Amino acid sequence: MSGYKQVPGLLEVNEALGETTLVVEREGLAEAALYLRDELGFNYLADVAGADYLGWGGEVAGSWGSAEGRDLNVPYTLGPSLVAKPKPKRFSVSYHLLALRDDPVRVRLQAWLDDGEEVATVVEIWPTADWLEREVYDLMGIVFAGHPNPVRVLMPEDWEGHPLRKDYPIGGEPVRFSGEE
Amino acid sequence: MTAARTDFVVRGPALYEGTKIPSPIPSWLQVPEARRETGNVLQVNFGPNHPSTHGVLRLVVDLDGEEIVGMRAVIGYLHTGFEKSMEQKSWWKAINYPSRIDYLATFQNELVFVLAIEKLLGIEVPPKATWVRMALSELNRIHSHLIWLGTMGLELGVQSMYMYCFDQRERVLDLFEMVTGVRVHGRYCQAGGLAEDIPPAFVDEARSFCRKFEPMIGEYERLTWQNKMWQRRTEGIGVVSAEDAIRLGLSGPNLRASGLNWDIRRSEPYLFYDQVEFDVPVYEQGDCDARARVRIDEMRESLRIAEQSLDKIEQLAGEPWISDDRKVVLPPREELQTSMESLIHHFKIVSEGYRVPAGEVYVAIEGPRGEEGCYVVSDGGAKPWRVHFRAPSFLAIAAAPTLCQEHLIADLIAISASLDTLMGDSDR
Repeated sequence: MSGYKQVPGLLEVNEALGETTLVVEREGLAEAALYLRDELGFNYLADVAGADYLGWGGEVAGSWGSAEGRDLNVPYTLGPSLVAKPKPKRFSVSYHLLALRDDPVRVRLQAWLDDGEEVATVVEIWPTADWLEREVYDLMGIVFAGHPNPVRVLMPEDWEGHPLRKDYPIGGEPVRFSGEE
Repeated sequence: MTAARTDFVVRGPALYEGTKIPSPIPSWLQVPEARRETGNVLQVNFGPNHPSTHGVLRLVVDLDGEEIVGMRAVIGYLHTGFEKSMEQKSWWKAINYPSRIDYLATFQNELVFVLAIEKLLGIEVPPKATWVRMALSELNRIHSHLIWLGTMGLELGVQSMYMYCFDQRERVLDLFEMVTGVRVHGRYCQAGGLAEDIPPAFVDEARSFCRKFEPMIGEYERLTWQNKMWQRRTEGIGVVSAEDAIRLGLSGPNLRASGLNWDIRRSEPYLFYDQVEFDVPVYEQGDCDARARVRIDEMRESLRIAEQSLDKIEQLAGEPWISDDRKVVLPPREELQTSMESLIHHFKIVSEGYRVPAGEVYVAIEGPRGEEGCYVVSDGGAKPWRVHFRAPSFLAIAAAPTLCQEHLIADLIAISASLDTLMGDSDR
């Protein structure tokens, strides 16, 4: 499907593994979302997912094939060692959109942001985003500016920290009644 | 705010004008100020331990007499942090987790995660494994729908339904036990195929189940459509239009009950769903009754798909059930005695795990509750960088206040049952 070039604030279009990712400017996300819904027919918001890339690409992630491909029985086809390409900022928010019609199309709308930066809410555009954005805020700590009800949804209301962040300690939560007091 | 476009498949006329979705918070039906000033509004906590909430769901309901005037849902009581846990495990071990998330669609949750891994790996799956996955997916769908039907019957006062459904559910679980050794959390999918070959007797046993189960669907229909109690508690209750269903992110049977001919198995075929014959049941009323009818019809279609898959499995007897990519798939047991290379591969896969190329994918399949989606990010290492599940129940619960408007508290039970939400799925 053509026409992605007209998306407001578009930074790049990535085609990988049969999926299209539209990376847009953080500030203009809501306009891009509105354009995708009204002009390109993406009427269904399937999912909103945040990801934390703190420490991304820190270690060699193996080797994955030479240009001719990897063959178990041919030596030296493993190729050079790989380190994942760096990401522009720490967090990504991905909106998985679906044009629900006879010829369905899926696209991933993505914005990048650092800790402390905000992204505009899309609740007005897709009501589905209400809880989906609350979940991303709750578990990843990404703030959606203008969300009508920006509170936690899965964790207790008085919880400190955002568990899906990479710097959140594992097993670090206080244990009540541990018998060590 | 402009109106959403309507160039998708909608059958029949709109069920009501405009939208019923509460504003400004779509998941929170707020009591009108005039209503509150009358002093008749009583706030009631429905749950978290109410038997009809299918888990631990808390609905904060504002009642004026018996009428629902305000409502919001509070979830998270079953939040276990599966997504975080999966980041700490190798890909190989992480396959254990998804089936615990939605503990009724166990096989399909496992499948969607494995499909995501396979998409990143670019690994080819042998046809036999795909057919087995399809047969088990459909049996799993029947299993999940049976639990939904039984518990919905229980809540609407059709109590014998529960026994009929759970009896048949046991038969499905017997099949799963035969294949995986475990009744519920099988962990049968493996990146590249299946964990082991399907037992030779499975095809006959499954056929015999299909033969015996088919007439049971007629029994269920007699217990529901010819039952005044069921009819009166479901017809015209919890109506949601196709437009609103899309905007609320409802999926699967809930969407098809509102007149949308949308099934991922048909629209965006995965596995071999484009090679089997089946119909997509669609109803137009958008009420609890339509949602129930879609699911009961779906069991019949699932049987059709399962039977066609069983034929293929029988034809493919003796064929490989897993890919032979030794960097991902464990070598056959007997090779470990004779081949040093196999022993090394075995050791590497079991201790460190296989590596999955860097990238991000979103895979969606049609689960019993709707679109089961899985978003996976890999950095090229032996552990997933980020796993996220799109939970159909999560969005169905968020949509419940829209459906409950202008209904009575007793209808709330029917509506929440008809949405087929599962708290394990929504809370993850």
